[in-house]
Amino acid sequence: MEQIYPGHLEKCKLVKAKPATVEFLLQYSKALHVTKHKGIILENNLN
Amino acid sequence: MQLQAEDPILVQNYMSGDEKSLEILINRHNQRLTSFIYSKVLDKDITEDIFQDTFIKVIRTLKRGAYNEEGKFLPWVMRIAHNLIIDHFRRNKRMPKFEGSEDFNIFSVLGDNKLDAEKQLIKDQIESDLGLLIEELPDDQKEVLVMRIYKDMSFKEISENTGVSINTALGRMRYALINLRKIIEKNNIVLTN
Repeated sequence: MEQIYPGHLEKCKLVKAKPATVEFLLQYSKALHVTKHKGIILENNLN
Repeated sequence: MQLQAEDPILVQNYMSGDEKSLEILINRHNQRLTSFIYSKVLDKDITEDIFQDTFIKVIRTLKRGAYNEEGKFLPWVMRIAHNLIIDHFRRNKRMPKFEGSEDFNIFSVLGDNKLDAEKQLIKDQIESDLGLLIEELPDDQKEVLVMRIYKDMSFKEISENTGVSINTALGRMRYALINLRKIIEKNNIVLTN
């Protein structure tokens, strides 16, 4: 009988970003400071 | 049972300065967002890059106070990721990535002539060791060898500068090399690269 079920698709794989990537984002967020001055938004990275 | 705050509350808390809320948001949507990106690009490294760029945009927008889609945090993040995926494919279309196969590797025909860091270190060490060995040579031989090897002078120029005949300069060079080899053998020195 013809197999009608698809095999495991690479596209459906469940993946998660690495902890190092998440940690980088958290550190980036902590370091990023936004200040508004006379309608101008200034971004500062305090690293 | 621990109650988990809803996305809009976490977003609001984060915008008010609570960094922990961002961690919860990222961890909550990590798998869903990463799997979504991976399903489009099918490359783990590119997926990581796009995931990172997505959240950098999210962080900047939230910190600027420019977020106004209350209650729709995940669809908004997915839309950012989707746009970055499109950017990635557009960029790749302009600059297609060439990957070698088992039969042919582009780096076998392309490459710079520079030594890698390790070989450069070894080369520097050899040159430094050789400099010390040359110091052991008699002055007349050392003078000719330095002019020939380091100053790239011809034997005619060496003879003019040292006031000896070309044959004498050649002889001193020959003895300089013989003596260098002797010093190397005597001290069991290995000079390789």
